[in-house]
Amino acid sequence: MTGSAYFMAATATAQETHTLVIEVDNEPGVLARVVGLFSGRGYNIESLTVSETQHAEHVSRITVVTTGTRNIIDQIKAQLERLVPVHKVVDLTETGRALERELMLIKVRGKGDERVEALRLADAFRARVVDATIESFVFELTGKGEKLDQFIELMRPIGLVEVSRTGIAAIARGPDVL
Amino acid sequence: MSTQQMTGAEMVVQALIDQGVEHLFGYPGGAVLPIYDALFQQEKIKHILVRHEQGAVHAAEGYARSTGKVGCVLVTSGPGATNAVTGLTDALMDSIPVVCITGQVPTHLIGSDAFQEADTIGITRHCTKHNYLVKRIEDLPRILHEAFLIASTGRPGPVVIDIPKDIQFKAGNYFKPTENIHKTYRPRIEGDQDKVRQALALLVSAKKPVIYSGGGVINSGPRATALLREFAKLTGFPVTSTLMGLGAFPAADPQWLGMLGMHGTYEANWAMHDCDVMINIGARFDDRITGRIDAFAPNSRKIHIDIDPSSINKNVKAEVGIVGDCAHVLDQLLTGWREMKPQVDKAAHKAWWGEIEGWRQRKSLAFRNSNELIKPQYAIQRLYELTKDRDVYITTEVGQHQMWAAQHFHFQEPNRWMTSGGLGTMGYGLPAAIGAQLAHPKSLVIDIAGEASILMNMQEMSTAVQYRLPVKIFILNNEYMGMVRQWQELLHGGRYSESYSAALPDFVKLAEAYGGVGIRCSKPGDLDAAIKEMIDTPRPVIFDCVVDKTENCFPMIPSGKAHNEMILGDAAEDIGNIIDARGKQLV
Repeated sequence: MTGSAYFMAATATAQETHTLVIEVDNEPGVLARVVGLFSGRGYNIESLTVSETQHAEHVSRITVVTTGTRNIIDQIKAQLERLVPVHKVVDLTETGRALERELMLIKVRGKGDERVEALRLADAFRARVVDATIESFVFELTGKGEKLDQFIELMRPIGLVEVSRTGIAAIARGPDVL
Repeated sequence: MSTQQMTGAEMVVQALIDQGVEHLFGYPGGAVLPIYDALFQQEKIKHILVRHEQGAVHAAEGYARSTGKVGCVLVTSGPGATNAVTGLTDALMDSIPVVCITGQVPTHLIGSDAFQEADTIGITRHCTKHNYLVKRIEDLPRILHEAFLIASTGRPGPVVIDIPKDIQFKAGNYFKPTENIHKTYRPRIEGDQDKVRQALALLVSAKKPVIYSGGGVINSGPRATALLREFAKLTGFPVTSTLMGLGAFPAADPQWLGMLGMHGTYEANWAMHDCDVMINIGARFDDRITGRIDAFAPNSRKIHIDIDPSSINKNVKAEVGIVGDCAHVLDQLLTGWREMKPQVDKAAHKAWWGEIEGWRQRKSLAFRNSNELIKPQYAIQRLYELTKDRDVYITTEVGQHQMWAAQHFHFQEPNRWMTSGGLGTMGYGLPAAIGAQLAHPKSLVIDIAGEASILMNMQEMSTAVQYRLPVKIFILNNEYMGMVRQWQELLHGGRYSESYSAALPDFVKLAEAYGGVGIRCSKPGDLDAAIKEMIDTPRPVIFDCVVDKTENCFPMIPSGKAHNEMILGDAAEDIGNIIDARGKQLV
């Protein structure tokens, strides 16, 4: 528990990582409200993905991956629900059975054997070549965060130049709506 | 829904009228001139010209807290808005309903660093419950009414509407929405019936129960206050309250333990520490209340009623957390209790009251009086005795005088006590008194102040004089920022760094310079007559009550200590050793 100046002892409570889906009115400043809440109250954002998902209703879906103790996670959800443009907050880690995917574009530079090795690894990871020159490739790769991390590590010795990642998009399995 | 063609500025005024606003606190400037022009051409809303925008917001808070209505503010862009920020933050921390309209530079100039431009929405995002930048005239009527809904429902708070000057000039269709004003904003009012049943089971089984009530009961309205009293009578449980909740339960009642927390009474804090079942009604386990959190009411099971879900389990884990409005949930509890006709452990309750009586005998608010010097506690006692039969409203500034007022001025009714609890804003009391006096022109409104705090918004004396508001400023003048001095004495070896109020004005002359009345009193024997003179003066008064410079505010829970480690005035000499190194790091 935190929040009180009187709680000095650092408790060794386990940190948990949760994926939260926040449905909001897509109005100016709504992202600043959400992000500002995290910074203002000292919470973490590990990944953030935002896009309007229901154009007619102007509703956006924000997916946030955050870490904290159990109490902090509960507090984050309660604080988010307090924001006026927030429709609902769903903790996909809590509901379980959620699919999480991230898209990455990764640029690799190399010649000769390095190029062959890069292509071979890309094939193993089912990464697509979306741009090529005689000394570089840009791969597109979709998957869980760990898979992308792993691919980056493999590309590093070959000639990693640049990485762009979207952050996590998540959805619950099964027929039910959020 | 009928619509009417008018300009944005006229819509602002019309919406305020439709919302039943009678008084508007504000200060004009370039970016709100169209609204001031619209105000000039009507007579339904009275505008009160303050002398600083911070004062406007505090005045609106005082108005809101003494009436239960929404307080309204109108300020200009840039410095007008930034000056209002402290007041908005104060209203957010204390959950006070305020609608603040700020002017903004015209939409085509936003972002160009125009004259008197500030990112008002960005700046006030963290100190409002919600805020709006109106970019289209079509949105203005809805936003104006939505702002009142959001400010006044759920957990109340301040709402800012930032209106660019070109939108104020633009014509559009005005309408007053009647239902579904907001798509999704629906605060929870009724408590979950299962949780209410769980709470009742805990309450019935209690051997050492305590009711800990807060500002939420007052915010919920007079019905909540009545139900709290009914609940206390029905159960026979002892009642304590936070600073913000004073008045919800009558201080004259034998079940009243006094305020709890850092400067609360011995009996209230020990009852909290030793209780086995605690029911928190509309309070938020603030750090001034809990003291050291891991030693807070260690053997208790806790019920927490709050309209704000994020308050529950934020600082203190509650066995039963009920989200809902205090009045509704109290009603549910009362109905449930009556249906159960429970057999409570009467012997245990009797023993519990016996323990409480023992703590009461410590007389923790006692102090050594003096014949030579006015003790600040004595001054508050006399002020209370001489005004208690009147229709009186009290505001305060922040510091020792505020705590002494909370301890020694006793409230029997809600909405009579206005103080900056959460933010602790020096300079709150005078403008808040002005707001309260406007709402209650015939009542006696007193700002209990310190000589340092009062100087923070002294300029509002001009406002009081201009509108013939006979507010009384009762300064406990000890020539120190008293609470700072107290902490320096107790924690910093008596090194009084910058806490002495040097070069003070002559408050009597200052009152006269403003066109008010000044009274000074420095002898205990003269005090009653001087207070009576103040009460009988039908004009704004500054009362310079010269008090003992070295008096400290006790009882006190030292930093980093638990409720049962609180110290009383007679133990004060050792306090420097009571607080350990960790405690010294705290606020």
